[in-house]
Amino acid sequence: MLKINDLHASVDDKEILKGINLTVNAGEVHAIMGPNGSGKSTLASVIAGKEEFDVTKGSVILDGEDLEEESPEERAHKGIFLSFQYPVEIPGVSVTNFMKTAINESRKARGLEDMPANEMLKLIREKSELLEIDRKFLSRSLNEGFSGGEKKRNEIFQMAMLEPKLAILDETDSGLDIDALRIVANGVNKLKSKDNAVIVITHYQRLLEYIVPDFVHVLHNGKIVKSGGKELAHELEEKGYDWLKQEATV
Amino acid sequence: MDLKEKLISSFMAFENNVDVEHPVHDIRSNAIKNFEEKGFPSKKNEAWKYTSLNSLQKVDFSIFPKEENKIEYNDVKKYFIHEIDTYKIVFIDGIYSSYLSETTHDGVDICLMSSALTKPMYKPVIDVYFNKVAAKDESLTSLNTAFSKEGAFIYIPKNKMPKKPVEIVHFATGNEASLMLQPRNLIIVEENAELQVIERHQSLTSNEVLTNSVTEIFAAKNAIIDYYKVQNNVSTASMIDNTYIDQKDKSVVKVHTFSFGGKLTRNNLNFYQNGEYIDSTMKGVTILGEKQHVDHHTLVHHIEPNCESHQDYKGIYGEQSTGVFNGKIIVDKIAQKTNAFQQNNNILISDKATINTKPQLEIFADDVKCSHGCTIGQLDEDALFYLQSRGIPAKEARALLMYAFANNVLESVGIPELKARINKLIAKKLGVNLGFDI
Repeated sequence: MLKINDLHASVDDKEILKGINLTVNAGEVHAIMGPNGSGKSTLASVIAGKEEFDVTKGSVILDGEDLEEESPEERAHKGIFLSFQYPVEIPGVSVTNFMKTAINESRKARGLEDMPANEMLKLIREKSELLEIDRKFLSRSLNEGFSGGEKKRNEIFQMAMLEPKLAILDETDSGLDIDALRIVANGVNKLKSKDNAVIVITHYQRLLEYIVPDFVHVLHNGKIVKSGGKELAHELEEKGYDWLKQEATV
Repeated sequence: MDLKEKLISSFMAFENNVDVEHPVHDIRSNAIKNFEEKGFPSKKNEAWKYTSLNSLQKVDFSIFPKEENKIEYNDVKKYFIHEIDTYKIVFIDGIYSSYLSETTHDGVDICLMSSALTKPMYKPVIDVYFNKVAAKDESLTSLNTAFSKEGAFIYIPKNKMPKKPVEIVHFATGNEASLMLQPRNLIIVEENAELQVIERHQSLTSNEVLTNSVTEIFAAKNAIIDYYKVQNNVSTASMIDNTYIDQKDKSVVKVHTFSFGGKLTRNNLNFYQNGEYIDSTMKGVTILGEKQHVDHHTLVHHIEPNCESHQDYKGIYGEQSTGVFNGKIIVDKIAQKTNAFQQNNNILISDKATINTKPQLEIFADDVKCSHGCTIGQLDEDALFYLQSRGIPAKEARALLMYAFANNVLESVGIPELKARINKLIAKKLGVNLGFDI
């Protein structure tokens, strides 16, 4: 589904990604771990098409199609979803209205009519139940005054609504208490299928207790330095990331 | 003949139509002298540095409309907040329109300045309040005072609250090639009384109109006033709004100004806090295009201790529009424990648009909290990326963000139907068409 080849990316002439290779197939869950500043969030943003980053070399291929020229919205229409570490507050636009806009824009891009109102309401009800989201919450302004947990839960609600092919969860576990973490993870697990894939970006192993990865990759200094199965996450939890620095110096 | 000369000579004709024996006429006579002496402010005057009245002075405005004009309600219904029941004080080319209005004397007076200035029963109120808070030395206010005859008069006695909001609406029919209007409003809200007012000026054609309006507002102890100015006029209509507010102990006054249109709009909004524990709020949303110009000049004078003022003005400027924000806060030496906040944020969406923003703080007390901030910028790129990553195209995402930016100011609007109306106006101005009802 996703193929990243020798991806180099920089911001303000500072190279952050220094040759990433990654293949994600449908039905798989990949975890990308690594210390702060290793390039995890940059990788997520580059896949989603953030224009601030210059891709200097390499490619991101989705279903055989090079995404280089694609805008963030075009990537979204093709099924890429990024759950933000710091979702942006949009005062005056309710969660419901925002979702209607997002869904109908995607439909428009695919040449479809707007989703009928009753169908939309049914979908919203169904997905908000999945994330245990209160009805009142949906009429609040998007992310405005939301707690950290509410913001993250709302991100996964958006993911549930948009049903992406490839979901990238950027530090979705940060700022979550254990109950919220369980709800969010449960939501992600229910959305998982043989046709979609998830990339979980995290600093800690905690979230991976709930969303069990098929593959774990360690990112350090803009490169994937180690890949393995889910047991690699446990190893990292025990050893921390210091060994990376030692290995790098050796 | 330039406009100043024309106005001065018109004053003599005006005197033939008013009671020159009434004490108010002395006030008018002094005012015309002040205007004659000072004339129209020029750009040399610091307060008018960014707003030029030169081109307006070259227009041959009619000072008095020749005849009474009629309008059908259905033709102008959309300019009222018709979703709700309101009292209405409506003027057509400056002349009171009884059939479009709905006034009352039932426990409160919501009526006309012309009756207040002529009927003996109102004389005690006029003696106490008329021209008492309006500036005596400011030339355009003096000009209005000289010609003061008609406008809205609202008197809310102690402990009263009118059953519904009041709409003050001025229509210009365009029956004159160009018309100058000078409405004069007096609003008195006594102790523990409340009032909501929506004011709007609307030209119905593209014939030129210049309005020089003065509104005096008195809020007694514990009074609560919400005042909304809707400025969405056509591009040939200019407005100089002079509003003076006198507040007593524990009164709460909010003025919201929505500036979405007009050729030249100057808002002189002045608050005088003559008491303690007063709350004054000024909020504004300005969205301009074409060559429109809006100038917000606010003044808050903290005269007594323990009071608050809040200012939040947001502006979005496109095409060749220009904006000015000048926020002056004076804190007197005895006005300790003052909290004064001022915020002015602007987004320029065109290379040719301009904004001049200036906070002006004169603080003589030492135990106060004053903050001010002004920003001029573009849209937040991270927010834009967030919306795009949800599939919303860049153009729509930008409009949505501008909508959110401006919309923030509407939280404090106390009339839901008005809020919905303003929401829609903002969306329309910004071209936000996102397939949902805002």
